[in-house]
Amino acid sequence: MTMVTTINLDAATEESRWTLPQARGLEAANASIAAPLLERNRWNWLIWWIAFAASLAGSIVFFIAIYLIFSRGIGIWGVNTTIVWGFAIANYVWWIGIGNAGTLISAMLLLMRQPWRASTNRFAEAMTLFAAAIAGIFPIIHLGRPLYFYWLMPYPNTMHLWPQWRSALIWDFWAILSYILFSIIFWYVGLIPDFATLRDRARTKAPALIYGALALGWRGSAQHWHAYEVLHLALACLGVPLVVSLHSVVGMDFATSLMPGWQETIFPPYFVVGAMYSGFAMVVCLAALVRWGFRLEGLITIAHFNVMAKVMLMASIVMGLSYATEWFTAWYGGERADRGLLAFEFTGTYAPMFCTLLLCNVVIPQAFWFSPIRRSIATVFAIAVLINIGMWLERILIVWNTLSHDYTPSMWRQFLPTVWDWLTTFGSFAFFVLLYLVFVRLVPVVSMHEVRKLIAQEGPR
Amino acid sequence: MTHLLLVEFADESRFAEAARCARSMRYRLIDAYTPYPVEQVFELFEHRDSRIRPAMFAGGVAMAAVAYGLEYYSAVVDYPYDSGGRPLDAWPAFMLVPFATGILLAAVCGFVMFLFETGLPKLSDPVFAVDGFERVSQDRFVLALEPPGEQDRQRAAEFLKSVGATAVREVER
Repeated sequence: MTMVTTINLDAATEESRWTLPQARGLEAANASIAAPLLERNRWNWLIWWIAFAASLAGSIVFFIAIYLIFSRGIGIWGVNTTIVWGFAIANYVWWIGIGNAGTLISAMLLLMRQPWRASTNRFAEAMTLFAAAIAGIFPIIHLGRPLYFYWLMPYPNTMHLWPQWRSALIWDFWAILSYILFSIIFWYVGLIPDFATLRDRARTKAPALIYGALALGWRGSAQHWHAYEVLHLALACLGVPLVVSLHSVVGMDFATSLMPGWQETIFPPYFVVGAMYSGFAMVVCLAALVRWGFRLEGLITIAHFNVMAKVMLMASIVMGLSYATEWFTAWYGGERADRGLLAFEFTGTYAPMFCTLLLCNVVIPQAFWFSPIRRSIATVFAIAVLINIGMWLERILIVWNTLSHDYTPSMWRQFLPTVWDWLTTFGSFAFFVLLYLVFVRLVPVVSMHEVRKLIAQEGPR
Repeated sequence: MTHLLLVEFADESRFAEAARCARSMRYRLIDAYTPYPVEQVFELFEHRDSRIRPAMFAGGVAMAAVAYGLEYYSAVVDYPYDSGGRPLDAWPAFMLVPFATGILLAAVCGFVMFLFETGLPKLSDPVFAVDGFERVSQDRFVLALEPPGEQDRQRAAEFLKSVGATAVREVER
């Protein structure tokens, strides 16, 4: 992360600024962000409605799949007595990784005084909220008896039982619960001044009332801003360790086991970097779509894609190093099961997927060394999509490889996903898209007050 | 009931300069309304240190202590479960829950303290009725001064004009 350099704004050239001239100016920025929410008639929502209908259909499929899992049991998935986790836990890890990144990006960049975060933090935080909420569904539906999921909570009960605090499943429960609630607070605090702007710009009564209530009567007084800045910065300081702990816990779901390929001390940091990596890739995809959909070319610029590509490049190197460390440890440790698993990864049933993941996560992102590739939104977007696919394959293979090839050869099996596995996976994605579409229609996608501050700092055109 | 003189500016530098001048000329600054935080102007006001961070610290530590206490009570006192001679009070494994819930409660306490210090939610305020105040959340900077006495009116009007005020309005609050 440290490779992202701050730019001395006094010496800022046109090339290194974070806004384009057409958006420079407080009113121009306000208008370009608020118009889609308040002047809806001027906007063509056809593509939005098509995407909404498609994602609504996908979400209905998702909930039908969940209904069937609840009514018939997890046997409708491809899980068997050897590969007991399958898609559900892999999807959980993938979603929670994306769910981590928004807060990580927003809070970490705030602490590092990166001014460019102003135009990306809002939709990155929204991504976090929805992805973390969807991630939270998977551990519940993967349970054999999901109706008892509330036993994770400590409460006085007639069974006189308590949760097992040493279990990673309990850690997961508390970490996700705390994280989602924390993220809602962090997100909402950042939104209060923007709701006030929408309240004041609204021409009709209903938006003025709704946004006015959400703004809580924000007046933008010196006292308000001071309290806001203190709280926002303090939340960012707490958000970073919370995110790191959350994904470390996800890593420990695996690492506290005794399985070859899982029982590794590298897992927590390796998972955190993986989360940041896939999250940045998802933010890049959303940035490109938001920029195009809301014509925010003046606020989300090539410079943003350039700097995010640099972060992804660094993350891809760390990921490559993590993979290499795993392989080296397996070989150097000399444990037969570990070496056998390593050979299985490269030559076994899932080897083509494994090679694809290495290609997507480590090899292709090296293209970001070249400035023309970083400065083309199309190539950055395409590589970000590949990184997301690669990271999903990584989560899948962490589960499949180890479970398919543990200590007892007589137990070796393969995982073959059923149609319900695929429908829950794609359905969850459709549900994410649905939530995101609702978000962009109701909430400013870019933080207006932070962009105003950025524009004021960058000075006139 | 206090009266406020709301002086509007179109850009930050004039606004900040005017606030400094007004203070040095002994006009009483009551508040400032801006579309984004302007820290150097906040420094001109009499204010006491925000209690948001102490509240967050206290809430976080208290919640962490409660969470650890619950773990200790359930695992050591109420339901001791000896698994292969492992310690009942397994503090390294118990750390995550106090940590995560402590941060959550720190955030909640910080938010509550934020509401307390800002006086929000307060959906209605006399300043909202002032013409042009809606632009404060968009692109205008407003300084709230104590209105000068009758004999100073002329001098104050000249002063405000000289520092580049675009509008001056009075409101009863």
